[in-house]
Amino acid sequence: MSTLIDGLSLGAIYALIALGYTMVYGIAKMLNFAHGDIIMVGAYALITTFDLFGNFAVAFVVSIVVCALLGIVIEKIAYKPLRGASPLAVLITAIGVSYLLQSIAQLVYGSKARPSPFPSMGALKIQGVTIQISSVITLVAATAIMIALTVFIKTTRLGRAMFAVSEDRSAAQLMGVNVNMIISVTFAIGSVLAAFASLFYMLQIPLVDPTLGSMPGIKAFTAAVIGGIGSIPGAMVGGLFLGIVEKLVQSIPGVGPYTTAIEFAILILILMFRPTGLLGKKRREKV
Amino acid sequence: MNYFSYIKSGFKLKYYINYIAVAVALAVTASLYYAGGMKASTANLLMQIGYSVILAVSLNIVVGFLGELSLGHAGFMCVGAYIGCYVATLIQPFVASKLLLLLIGMVVGGLAAAACGFLIGIPVLKLKGDYLAITTLAFGEIVRNIFMNLDCFGGALGLKTNKIKYGNSEFIVCFVVLFVILVITQNIVRSKHGRAITAIRDNEIAAHSMGVNVTFYKLFAFVLSAFSGIAGVLYGFATTPIRYTAFSYNYSIEILVMVVLGGMGSINGSIISATLLTVINFNLTTKLSGDLAALKYLIYAIILIVMVIFNNAPALKSVRDRFSLSALVSKIAPKKWHSNANVKDDEAKWSRIPTKVRMDEILSTDVKPDESFTPDKPEKGDK
Repeated sequence: MSTLIDGLSLGAIYALIALGYTMVYGIAKMLNFAHGDIIMVGAYALITTFDLFGNFAVAFVVSIVVCALLGIVIEKIAYKPLRGASPLAVLITAIGVSYLLQSIAQLVYGSKARPSPFPSMGALKIQGVTIQISSVITLVAATAIMIALTVFIKTTRLGRAMFAVSEDRSAAQLMGVNVNMIISVTFAIGSVLAAFASLFYMLQIPLVDPTLGSMPGIKAFTAAVIGGIGSIPGAMVGGLFLGIVEKLVQSIPGVGPYTTAIEFAILILILMFRPTGLLGKKRREKV
Repeated sequence: MNYFSYIKSGFKLKYYINYIAVAVALAVTASLYYAGGMKASTANLLMQIGYSVILAVSLNIVVGFLGELSLGHAGFMCVGAYIGCYVATLIQPFVASKLLLLLIGMVVGGLAAAACGFLIGIPVLKLKGDYLAITTLAFGEIVRNIFMNLDCFGGALGLKTNKIKYGNSEFIVCFVVLFVILVITQNIVRSKHGRAITAIRDNEIAAHSMGVNVTFYKLFAFVLSAFSGIAGVLYGFATTPIRYTAFSYNYSIEILVMVVLGGMGSINGSIISATLLTVINFNLTTKLSGDLAALKYLIYAIILIVMVIFNNAPALKSVRDRFSLSALVSKIAPKKWHSNANVKDDEAKWSRIPTKVRMDEILSTDVKPDESFTPDKPEKGDK
């Protein structure tokens, strides 16, 4: 039971990160390798401003603004010149950006992990099962963000323009959608989600180091693929699924050390047999 | 023109310059070594250069020629190092000669890595682009995770290879292996098989409809590239213990940086950039300590971003045609060095991966009739 709850709370973090991946992938059609590192930048922004002002709300707002700006800047400098180039080129640049952020963070803050300044939020005890309050908050927040995003895409003008760009970029452009603006907004939203993810990550794992984002980033991408990339509820389902699988496998004696291998094996199998994921739509390739 | 005169006229310095360069490097360094004028650290550096070049050239087959991104290249090296050295340690009491032991290790390690290349090649047939890149990354992590936990390979402490340590002269073996791999790779790339692989890169659907066996060639490219597990064996014979941390995702990226800097699809470029980066890296690691080590990755990141944008951005095409290195070479070098009069080999263009042309774009473009081509000329003559 407690494994399940651990899994859910880890899964909620994966889900938050996966939401960012899925937004960017669905609309810009590129794998933003740097997403995990934006989370890391968000975490550093959070603790730095918290050290300066000592106010949690200010720190969080600053972190969101920093992440959103960073997302837009990365898109404009690194990805936009390559629109229309081969996907291979975009992917390599994205890896480059990821490394750039990591190495800058290491040069500025050092490679040693810093403890998070936020106090632990305590735990609830329900019928003998301990539940961290932070896990509950993470889960609730992830669900709320997922619902908000879905509503945003379905109802607002901007959201529908985003949907149109994800369906067919050139047709959307012909219909008067400002594609460049939409893609920038997408990156901004994705990065804001990363800021949220960094906050909840730090509530659960109170250590910050320059490689904080890379592994969760890759695993969250796995989650996004499992759920069906481009699908917002899919990211949530995939994230929770992966979190539970990770904690379950870890708890089995003898198999525990192989958790990473098993997770990635699941990824490969899903990509091979159901590349559209659990909730993704099937797209036929046109010739 | 008979066959031999064709060969003679087709002989171009640029096709053989890398063989000559490697052979000269081998001869010079080997004679220096046997004359006794070489420090152990230099031998070690040469060794590192040797296997880095092997890795870069083999990764180039997949990234440059097949046009798919592989982020698990260090995984193949890991398989080669662990399996090859493990077998070598097992048979070490029965084999007297260190060289023979190394050769056996290389064969076993190379085959094991190639088998993994075949395994990873199966999902490759169904996937491409981002998904494929993630799959190869996943493969690298799976391999590392497994070797980290298997006790027979030393677990987290690593596989001890003291007994089979080859010594300083290993770089000579390394260079010879490099030479052989270079000859094999270059000949395959320039044969019809190589052209089939580049055809798949440029347009898979078109290649398929022209009768290229896409399944076979994709697997072929991956298996060929996975043979770089040999580099892992060479590494394992020089380093003890072999630890899984050496083959992390970062190392895969390091090899990718070599390929990107040298030019995707250019073997000579890979050789030069792998040598250059290894030398820089070797000097940096001794000078930079602690957090400054991140400078190395900062440089790598900048190389990746700048090189890829410069080489691929559609808006920079005119800049590229004027200022790129290959444009410079074709201006300076005498024409007979780079003209392709007899041998049809579009190597000069391989330094850039062209944007994949979508068939629907071709079909929707208006085709202007070629005015020089007039099919009804004979009718005019009749009048």
